Amino acid sequence: MTITSPTKVPAPVLPARTAHRAPKRASRFKPGAGQQLKGGPFAYIALTVVGIGSLLPLYWTLVAASHTQDEVLASTPPFLPGDRLFHNLDAAWNQAHLGKAILNSFIVSSCITLATLFFCTLAGYAFAKMRFRGRGALMTGVIATLTIPPQLSVVPLFMMMSDLGWSGSLESVIFPTLVSAFGVFFMRQYLTEALPYELIEAAKIDGASNFRIVRSVVLPVARPAMMVLGMLTFVQAWNDFFWPYLALNQQNPTLQVALGQLKASYTPDESIVMAGGLISTLPLLVVFVVFGKQIVGGIMSGAVKG
Amino acid sequence: MATSTPTRDAYAPPPPKKPVSARRQTWRSRLWRFDDKASPYAYIAPFFLVFGAFGLYPLIYTGWIALHRVEMTGLDQMEWVGWENFDRILHDSEFWTAVSNTFLIGVMSTVPQLLVALGLAHLLNYKLRASTFWRTVILTPYATSVASAALVFALVFRADGGLLNWALEFVGLGDTNWANGHWTSKIAISVIVIWRWTGYNTLIYLAAMQAVPSDLYEAASLDGASRWQQFLKVTIPSLRPTILFTIVISTIGSMQLFGEPLLLEGGTLGAIGGNENQYETLSIYLYNYGWNLGHLGPAAAVAWAMLALLLIIAAVNWLIGRFVRKSAV
Repeated sequence: MTITSPTKVPAPVLPARTAHRAPKRASRFKPGAGQQLKGGPFAYIALTVVGIGSLLPLYWTLVAASHTQDEVLASTPPFLPGDRLFHNLDAAWNQAHLGKAILNSFIVSSCITLATLFFCTLAGYAFAKMRFRGRGALMTGVIATLTIPPQLSVVPLFMMMSDLGWSGSLESVIFPTLVSAFGVFFMRQYLTEALPYELIEAAKIDGASNFRIVRSVVLPVARPAMMVLGMLTFVQAWNDFFWPYLALNQQNPTLQVALGQLKASYTPDESIVMAGGLISTLPLLVVFVVFGKQIVGGIMSGAVKG
Repeated sequence: MATSTPTRDAYAPPPPKKPVSARRQTWRSRLWRFDDKASPYAYIAPFFLVFGAFGLYPLIYTGWIALHRVEMTGLDQMEWVGWENFDRILHDSEFWTAVSNTFLIGVMSTVPQLLVALGLAHLLNYKLRASTFWRTVILTPYATSVASAALVFALVFRADGGLLNWALEFVGLGDTNWANGHWTSKIAISVIVIWRWTGYNTLIYLAAMQAVPSDLYEAASLDGASRWQQFLKVTIPSLRPTILFTIVISTIGSMQLFGEPLLLEGGTLGAIGGNENQYETLSIYLYNYGWNLGHLGPAAAVAWAMLALLLIIAAVNWLIGRFVRKSAV
């Protein structure tokens, strides 16, 4: 071992590094390439317009949630936040069991996120770095599952949940979403590039079992990608609507289901509905403000390239 | 590995125990080999188990349920009825309305969304000040749930006291009952979809654009291509697989439209997609049959009709792709 490592390891690494850097350095000084052009005023104006369009509905949620319904629907609507916000939040909280809904949403999203991270990192590692029979076909199978809308299987799923005694309970929305094909694909993409074979081989030579390699080598390397996948999964689980709306009931809803029911009730008060919308959106907006850069980077690196 | 075994044997106790340790060695190496062979399957097993139990099995079982009468009130009683459920939905004009609505809303939301996303990605690909800021702002609608987005847009598109009607009246265009009209209601729903997903698609395009080698642009500009020509002749062709991917994902997404139509007006109107089913999508139709009226058999038949539609769309896509490729050569 001591003899082989010094001769073997540096040899493949050095040329790879220089090969990697050479084109980068060259491209930095290339003039006139379309990508490196500076954006003109038109780009800024267009982006500002789109940005305002993106944020305006959220601002309108805040404005409507802080006035009475009559003020919101008046012939001249208000444009600045009013002073009724806490009154409306309080009303929404009481009408739709929002306290329980928030707790449920946190439980469901956290369980789904943790399970997705664990299972998808394992599977992503296997697809990225392990050799086994049927690897290509199975990976194609994973991607193919992305094309199946959940609508196609809700009827038997609903019957299964009733058989299992889970109708109306949180298990019924947690278990079907414990894994995600996107997650497997995402972790595979990341680990293919970020995890060098040398590290795995070194651990093997030191006598580590396969699971030990996962714990001591793969997980530390995968951590940044797991952060991003965790946030994306949490956002998705938090916002999921269709299946939870069918599976859960008014007594035990997630936040989104409670929101839907707030609107579906007899004559909904628009300001109170908007207060509910604000409660459901706010936690994710905070996550976006804090981790925006990582989330943007995550979506871009998860994108299918060329 | 081969080097490590003799060193360990050197520390092994006296000769009589030697055969035992040898056997242990082979057992250990067998275990080792088993670990190597089985681990990858163990790591991918959770995905396939969960998908099999909660995805594939229900998908197939849906077809079986579609041939039975099952009511919400007695989930364990299944009565064989053959093709009756399919007969029922295929002769229901509301089903065909839902099919055409889903198709129209799908086109009205996907096409503008992807075109705008392509343009935005092109802008974001320039060297910009605060580029991360712009990307995050454009992505914020993605953080908003279907429910919150549908609810605030319902308020914007409201007939009496809606923000949009106020703005239209302000510029002197008169107001519209958005949710009531056949086209206007579809426009309203498409706007919600476009608002939520444009930013996401923009980032996917941007990622693909950054992967285009810059020598291509350099070569094009040396040949005297303008920026617009570079966009058409270099960017778009390089992005073709990504564009195809987003079209597929958006098509599947538009088959699933549920929260937007359900909450545009809410209440009983939402559950049937408007008073004349003017914005009823296939998902709403399925929900209404199964969860409102309580007939799960026809609802399962709707699910399989959706599957058939998806397969037809996929086949058409494939044929068009083949035709385009052939004519290009």
